[in-house]
Amino acid sequence: MNTLRLSLYGWLMVLPAATLLALFTHIPVVESFVHSFMSTDKPKRPSRFVGLDNYDSLVADPIFWKALTNNLIYALGSVPLSIAIAMMMALFVNDKLAGRSFLRVAYFTPTILPMIAVANIWIFFFTPDYGLLEQILKPLGLGGNNFLGSNNTALLAVTIVAIWKESGFFMIFYLAALQQISPDLKEAAAIEGAGRFTFFRRVTFPLLMPTTLFVMVNALINAFRVVDHIFVMTGGGPNNATSVLLFRIYEVGFKYFDFGLASAMTVVLLCVLGLVALGQFFALDRRVHYQ
Amino acid sequence: MKALRMLGRGVEQGAAWLLGLLWLLPLVFAVWTAFHSPAYMAHFSFTAPLTLENFKNAWQAAPFARYFLNTTLLVIGILIAQFTLCTLAAFAFARLPFVGSRLLFALVLIQLMVAPDILLLENYSAIKMLGLMDTLPGIALPYLASAFGIFLLRQTFLTIPKDLEEAARIEGCGPFGTLWRVYVPIARPIYVAYGLVSVSWHWNNFLWPLIITNSVETRPLTVGLAVFASSDQGIDWSVITAATLMTSAPLLIGFLLFQRQFVQSFVRAGIR
Amino acid sequence: MNSLTRRFFTVSTLALGLGFGASAYAADIELRFYYPVAVGGPITKIIDEYAAGFEKDNPGIKIKPVYAGDYVQTIGKALTAVKGGDAPELAILLAADITSLVDEDAVVPVDDVIKTPADKAWVEGFYPAFMENAKLKGKTYAIPFQRSTPVLYWNKEMFKAAGLDPDKGPKDWNEMRDFAKKLTKKDASGAVTQWGIEIPSDGNSLWLFTGLTTGNGVRINNAEGTKVNFADPKVVEALQYWYDLSKVDGAQPAGLINWGTTPRDFIEGRTAMMWHTTGNLTNVKNNAKFPFGIGFLPGKTQFGAPTGGGNFYFFKGMSAEKQAAALAFVKYMTTPERAADWSTKTGYVATQPAAYETPAMKAYAADFPAAIIARDQLKYAVPEMTVHENQRVTKLANDAIQAVMTGAKPADAALKDAQAEAERVLKDFN
Repeated sequence: MNTLRLSLYGWLMVLPAATLLALFTHIPVVESFVHSFMSTDKPKRPSRFVGLDNYDSLVADPIFWKALTNNLIYALGSVPLSIAIAMMMALFVNDKLAGRSFLRVAYFTPTILPMIAVANIWIFFFTPDYGLLEQILKPLGLGGNNFLGSNNTALLAVTIVAIWKESGFFMIFYLAALQQISPDLKEAAAIEGAGRFTFFRRVTFPLLMPTTLFVMVNALINAFRVVDHIFVMTGGGPNNATSVLLFRIYEVGFKYFDFGLASAMTVVLLCVLGLVALGQFFALDRRVHYQ
Repeated sequence: MKALRMLGRGVEQGAAWLLGLLWLLPLVFAVWTAFHSPAYMAHFSFTAPLTLENFKNAWQAAPFARYFLNTTLLVIGILIAQFTLCTLAAFAFARLPFVGSRLLFALVLIQLMVAPDILLLENYSAIKMLGLMDTLPGIALPYLASAFGIFLLRQTFLTIPKDLEEAARIEGCGPFGTLWRVYVPIARPIYVAYGLVSVSWHWNNFLWPLIITNSVETRPLTVGLAVFASSDQGIDWSVITAATLMTSAPLLIGFLLFQRQFVQSFVRAGIR
Repeated sequence: MNSLTRRFFTVSTLALGLGFGASAYAADIELRFYYPVAVGGPITKIIDEYAAGFEKDNPGIKIKPVYAGDYVQTIGKALTAVKGGDAPELAILLAADITSLVDEDAVVPVDDVIKTPADKAWVEGFYPAFMENAKLKGKTYAIPFQRSTPVLYWNKEMFKAAGLDPDKGPKDWNEMRDFAKKLTKKDASGAVTQWGIEIPSDGNSLWLFTGLTTGNGVRINNAEGTKVNFADPKVVEALQYWYDLSKVDGAQPAGLINWGTTPRDFIEGRTAMMWHTTGNLTNVKNNAKFPFGIGFLPGKTQFGAPTGGGNFYFFKGMSAEKQAAALAFVKYMTTPERAADWSTKTGYVATQPAAYETPAMKAYAADFPAAIIARDQLKYAVPEMTVHENQRVTKLANDAIQAVMTGAKPADAALKDAQAEAERVLKDFN
């Protein structure tokens, strides 16, 4: 078959997917930028070019700053912890512990439960007076908390739910990586008399580095994308203490119908994700040299 | 030394179990509350009588049957379309040297970073323009060309030796024939893996369907559950946990029955 | 309500429905009617019944109810449909969304739809408290349908145990505070086992807060919906009072109080009093194992409560024929008999004085006198805040309330900030 025909086949096969991708990823990215410089379409005031007006409103909007800060805290809280827990889970399950298949199921279950559904259950855990956490804390003299209803703890509570939901998913990647580590290494270490912890620190942990990087990027993306439970648990409250970027975009876009402002926020979110991608690129670059 | 090692082992065992129980706690609580009358919600007792009343109430309070149908149609539709589109694209990227393929592939990978969820404003406008508001295709469309699926299948196809392809070609197969007879059968485990990931993802998806659907006829389970739970008259935990279990049951039961395959599939899909 | 009285209602409404003027329409007219309800369940059944009854009396007109989710989702869907040139004929949407609907140029004034003096009398038959935010710039845009108002619920057993008269709720702020303190119980370790009062403060807390501000003799927005009055000293005082119930008196849980769990707390005896919607009457009545009382929201200088809930709106772009059909349907849905039936079945407040004169309502009230309290409170009621950019400005107020209730900001500062932000949002309308 000649090259031209192969090329034609190639294009033909890629075309449906490429069209849809362009329609729902690439064009929307560009349009987000365009619309962030336009005013919102209203019957009496049609959409027009307004320069940086939307960005000016964004900078002047304290809730935007709060959402951005919250999102960073949410990311910084959930990413390292879920990575650490995921790694621990993988090590547990990989070692020949009693009941490891039960443990694997237990760790992994949250991954396949709908976030929107489990959020309802978590509300009960955090409920004041008779919620599960309160029932545990009260006898210890630490009662009287209103976890979802106070500024100090609400963000923590939704972060905990995110960690619970995601650790088991990330465990899978570590498990895959662990299974590829040669057993010879372990034997060699045993002969040299290295303890389990030393072995982990000197051998396993460095070998898991690429996986950690991969998981970290995914966890970071998720920290800006996973907001379902916030809808159910707090609705962004109290006083925006749990509002994050995507939640705020929804609110401005689909409750206030201010698409101009929401587009400007989408651009900010895209830039954040761009930074993550850039970071990944450089980290990968270093890793290649390292290996 | 040996004693120390034993101790370390014991601690690890204990920690592993503690973590496991902690992780299951929400589910255990949900099962407890859903199968008991509201009076036992916050009071644990072994002698509490079991009941199916909560499930009955939840089932009657909202059109869950319809929601189940919507979600099932949605995930099956998405799965079929994703398999088709991603297989074709992945094969082209893996085996057909066409002009612009490298650039195009790089463009595809952008979607790994920028998921359709993030672009909900513009995607909403696009769906509105296409006249697909409040329809199942409207929910599905942004997810059909999945960069993850294309990437995963392309990596798999690349590992398949070209000799096999030659054999098929001698038998007179064109690119489509080769793809169908050689590549797809060999990649079967990857399809299972990708399929499971896709189904569990779209079964659970919430924000996008929330925006795009408005009626009972299209609303998937997750959105149905959310509107069901946000009641003006206060929360009835027993009924809500029953509804919660109901919505997650198909996936949960599937997972418990085939947990090894499930986990392995996620591993396979995860390694890339 | 027992099944006998319910059957009686159904029969009487049917009888009245049959007698209702049968209009003759040649071709089939279809009216799409957006109704804000999240789920199937009992409410949709009632609406379906009404629609079927209307179709029977009016051959040639088909009613197609579209159950579109909660209020926010329904207005979203309606506005999207308007922009796409596919507007419904009718919708029930939040009374407070009138400004958004008029700003989006989506609805026609009722004045343009009604024709006869009898129609005019019909519009004037509703409670003024409900009509207040059905009007904008001198025009009437909406017909009240499912309207609610909050009331004070109290647990009579707990009142007795605390040495209070179980048949009398608190009449003003001082009494409410005093009662709440007396009703709060602690165990040996100092942990509270029974709260004096709960006024939910999460979600749309502005609604209940309007009860407090009105009780202090102050309005939070102007009639044109272009200005708000958040920083008024009396508004600050009202918020401070609410916060002090928790902070100073310790008679109300600290932090935000969840709207959804509050009725449960009341039913389970964790709080002796609560402020909640009349829409919860049936729920509490069916589940509380103790006698309970219903009263006006206590105020400082006067009684005061907000009204909330949804109105009928007529959408733009209907033919004259469709408009007449839509008007006939709305009239059918709001006859005194149907308003009474609707009220007894759902707990919403019947929208017109005539509904309370119907035998059905009288029978219900005799059986359950508490149902009348909500109506009597209407004398003191004001509409919930209705301004341009309503959702946005409401959120500013809600955020300020939440900031104060969680102790993040003092009341005057929080409300001053909200006022400044609201003025920025509303600057285009002034």
